[in-house]
Amino acid sequence: MATSSERSPPPFPDSEEQDILQDTEDEIGQQQQRDSDYGEDEDDELFMSTISDPPDTDTTPAVTSQNTDPSLESPIDDPMMELVSEPSDSKPAADVLSEPSDEFEDLSNTESDTNDDPMAKTDTTDDFFDLLGSESESKKAVAQMEVTHTAEIQLEKEVTPALVDVMLDFSLPETKLEDTVVVLGSDSNAKSDLSVPETRPVEPLLDSPLKVEAKMQNAAVVDLFGDDEEGSDLFAEPKLSKASKLPQKSLFEEVDNNLFPEPLGANDKKPVTVSVPVGLEPKAIVTKAEVEVRSKASVLTEPDDFFSEETMVTESAQKMQSGTTSKTNGLQEEEGDIFAEATVELSLDSPRNERKREPSKPSPPTALSAAAGLSPPEALEELEEEEEDDDKFEIQVSVKAPEKVGDGMTAYMAYKVFTQTSLAMFRNPTFSVRRRYSDFLGLYEKLSEKHGPNGYIVPPPPEKNLLGMTKVKVGKEDSSSVDFLERRRGALERYLQRVVCHPTLLQDPDVREFLEREELPRAVNTQALSGAGFLKMINRATDAVSKMTIKMNESDVWFEDKLQEVESSDQQFRKLHALVESLVLHRKELSTNTASFAKSTAMLGSAEDNTALSRALSQLSEVEDKMEQLHQDQASNDAFGLAEHIADFIRLLGAIRGSFDHRMKAWQRWQDAQSMLQKKREAEAKLLWANKPDKLQLAKEEIAEWEAKVTQYEREFERVSATVRKEVLHFEKERTQNFKRQIMKYLESLLRSQHQLIKYWEAFLPEAKAIA
Amino acid sequence: MMEEVKEGSVLSVQTNGIKVSEVVKDGDSLTFIIISQKLSGTGEYHVARTYDDFDWLQQHLFSQEEVPGIQGIIFPPLPARAQVNPSAKVMKQLGLLALGDWKPYGAALEQFLQQVASHSVLCKNKALEDFLTSTEPPGRQKSKKNILNRLSQAVEGLRKEGHKDVEDFFQNERDLNQALTNCTKVVAEKFLDVVQTEQKISVACGHFSAALQMCVESAEDPDKQDFSRVCKSLSEVFSSMGKHMLSVAENDTDSLGLGLDLDSRYQDAEKEMLFRRTCKLVELEAAQRNAERAKPVKKAAMEEVKKTTETEFNQISVMAKQEIMELKRARVQWFQRALVLWCEKQLVTAKKNTEQLNLHLEKVRALA
Repeated sequence: MATSSERSPPPFPDSEEQDILQDTEDEIGQQQQRDSDYGEDEDDELFMSTISDPPDTDTTPAVTSQNTDPSLESPIDDPMMELVSEPSDSKPAADVLSEPSDEFEDLSNTESDTNDDPMAKTDTTDDFFDLLGSESESKKAVAQMEVTHTAEIQLEKEVTPALVDVMLDFSLPETKLEDTVVVLGSDSNAKSDLSVPETRPVEPLLDSPLKVEAKMQNAAVVDLFGDDEEGSDLFAEPKLSKASKLPQKSLFEEVDNNLFPEPLGANDKKPVTVSVPVGLEPKAIVTKAEVEVRSKASVLTEPDDFFSEETMVTESAQKMQSGTTSKTNGLQEEEGDIFAEATVELSLDSPRNERKREPSKPSPPTALSAAAGLSPPEALEELEEEEEDDDKFEIQVSVKAPEKVGDGMTAYMAYKVFTQTSLAMFRNPTFSVRRRYSDFLGLYEKLSEKHGPNGYIVPPPPEKNLLGMTKVKVGKEDSSSVDFLERRRGALERYLQRVVCHPTLLQDPDVREFLEREELPRAVNTQALSGAGFLKMINRATDAVSKMTIKMNESDVWFEDKLQEVESSDQQFRKLHALVESLVLHRKELSTNTASFAKSTAMLGSAEDNTALSRALSQLSEVEDKMEQLHQDQASNDAFGLAEHIADFIRLLGAIRGSFDHRMKAWQRWQDAQSMLQKKREAEAKLLWANKPDKLQLAKEEIAEWEAKVTQYEREFERVSATVRKEVLHFEKERTQNFKRQIMKYLESLLRSQHQLIKYWEAFLPEAKAIA
Repeated sequence: MMEEVKEGSVLSVQTNGIKVSEVVKDGDSLTFIIISQKLSGTGEYHVARTYDDFDWLQQHLFSQEEVPGIQGIIFPPLPARAQVNPSAKVMKQLGLLALGDWKPYGAALEQFLQQVASHSVLCKNKALEDFLTSTEPPGRQKSKKNILNRLSQAVEGLRKEGHKDVEDFFQNERDLNQALTNCTKVVAEKFLDVVQTEQKISVACGHFSAALQMCVESAEDPDKQDFSRVCKSLSEVFSSMGKHMLSVAENDTDSLGLGLDLDSRYQDAEKEMLFRRTCKLVELEAAQRNAERAKPVKKAAMEEVKKTTETEFNQISVMAKQEIMELKRARVQWFQRALVLWCEKQLVTAKKNTEQLNLHLEKVRALA
């Protein structure tokens, strides 16, 4: 169980710890700089700002200027601002503000020069407005991000040295801005002429990393997104994923890539809107690059969504890189939220974008693009539809051929994991690997660590069974060990199948590695799940959850009801499981008894001196022997067809409770932050009374910080809630389908055995009649 | 077990019209309602009898000293005494008969009465007529145990069982009986196990079905409704499966189960008869020795004793041979009947179950 509800403790705590973030951002920025050798081009920033401005610009450049201002202090500019500012992380909002304005102008100029007509802009602006509204909060962050993205500053420099200067003036040491700029540039190029000359140079840079990463990154991006949610993780993960392919890529690269594709797609689709989105899009594009590749149409249609998403992504990346965004009041919080949202959307898991109100599409990674563009997620319904789409995933995993490896107590069973798929993400349509049980456990632990805290129901593998395995190790070939192996094999197969049927989990690189990679590093620390401890652990988690529930003032009746429901159905299924198990036992007993009846009948037959009767009795004995086999089959049918599936359900119910647990923890974090904020406010009030202006400033900053945190945690909580809700609904739907399928299979096998039985009796009837 | 009713039968009822129609639980005792058709064809006798009455009848049959070769008769075996709340030991003794709310027990008693009534010698006993027709319970007082008392047999048995027979026929029969008794007992036991397991399965199915019913909730949520429907249909499947198993178990009991039980008891009865004959044989041999060794004075008396014993022994042997042949014939018959009945019942049940399962399958399919 993903008991580790705490977010992955990434090196960088969520943006909350601005300092850390900043540091990290700085580092990143430095790295980027090194990579790209871009000076701190503020051109990018300008671009970014311009981009953000477009929404505002719809009205006029003046608006843009306004935007810029707000970026410093008002949330309107936030998305863009943040992006810009992020690169410069440490740079104060002021920088952002100034930058945006400059950028805006530049953009407007460039755009007007190139292709974008004011008209087009205005059209798009409407959309943007929405976006902006949503993004406004994050704008500051965006601005920062842009600053940091300066990696691509070169291009920008060309475009607007003035902007660069401004940036510098602002004292934005953010090399990171370059990246965003690059994105913008690339976007512009793709779109058409916006800043063609400028952007082009940038593009090459961006393109190459993007391309390189693009293929691999799709997955990576997905991961990143998921990671993004956890802020700190983002950084680490991107690096890891990229490390293999793109040394330079790091987070920035990914972001860029994403940005790029999207803008391009947007351009392709809507020329008019292009101009508007351009500004906004850069960020969005970064995240969605791949998405767009797959489905650009969606992007075009919903620039707003993209924007928000993009901004989110970029922000998240920026946060990771540089916590500077925190400078702005509450901006960070927003950013964080944005991030979360963005990640949500990207990962498709969390349906609702807080700003958009739309449940972001939970579409699977492949579907990301489509989902992102297409749906203004409205509600769970959409999610469900998406889920249905997910069901169409064409991948089949089977676990076969258990094989004992080694001797004695170090022996283990290796299973052949055979995958058949039509998904393009795999290299071959069919492949197989050998895995041992602890590998399965290891996969589960990785998945639950990564996805559990986000509210996903990570399918649990069968628990360890020391007794059963020991028997196998000792080499007893009795029926119980055969039974054990078959049960485990089936359970592992169903477990894997569930994992690959989960759109989000399927995208996890660990899953792919598990399915594809020849040699897997030995999973360690799977001991925690050993023995009967597994189910106990579920129970403990349940207890913990229920205890917390009491404390939690549940705002959502749905969750309250669901938890009740889950608990009661857990009870029911446990009871059912016990009952089926006893049924299986009885069936086995019947089989044994039938066998001994057959044997004694044979003896009676041989003792009998009436030849006809004797013959009939030995015939009967044979019939009963066959019956025994029939009963035996029926017993395993009950066991594998019913009992094991019920056990699966129980495990899944445990996983659900785990996800409830995670939601609860998110809630608690939010509440803690709130009470902390309250304390800070009180402190501020006291300071006001005491008239200590020097300390007051600090207190205000702290309040801003905590306000941001509260917002962020609240959004996180809501995101987790949405994910949990979606997952539970999905589970319920699945459950019904699964159950039905299983019952049909079961009935069919019952019928088969009944037909067989009739055949046996019909064959025996003449024998009985022939006695006299 | 003689089927044909002799012309000179003293019975006023039709032998195959005797039925134990009902087993009434009355406090701690069981009362059996026995209905028999009048020979005249009009009307029937209804009498209520307890196990004591059956026992009384049995003892009367045993003690017909006047009938020549009475000891060579294989008396139809009466099932062991039934109790309302049987102890484990009694349960074991009764075996299959203790199942199913005494219905099989009633059936066994019915068989017993029919066999007595259709027996060429025993049916002439007045006690039977009384038992079947008299409204008053015939023998509430404990009749004294006669020489056929099983307890005494057990003691003597150890000593005489191994006595070599003078006649190959009987020696073989004794050996065969020995083997068959053991085998039949084992088979009956195993069969009982099977039946009991089937009953357990039936119960387990019922429990599972009931537990599934608990999962059914009347929710408005369509997803939940779907799930409830699925649960409900599975619950129905299991409840019909449970019923099916129960009827399979009933089939087993009513056909082969009763047959095996009867056979097992008859083997015992035959063994007793053979034992009685062996006792007579031992007695005869002793008399012969005595006659040979006797002094002239007593010679005549001894010869007399020997002669009487010899006559008795011969009578017994003649009767025994008859009975054994008859038993063998009847035994094959009832085995055949039991097996055929069993087979047919199983087929009917299985086909019915198949139909049911098909229905359920259709239903589940339609749930989509």
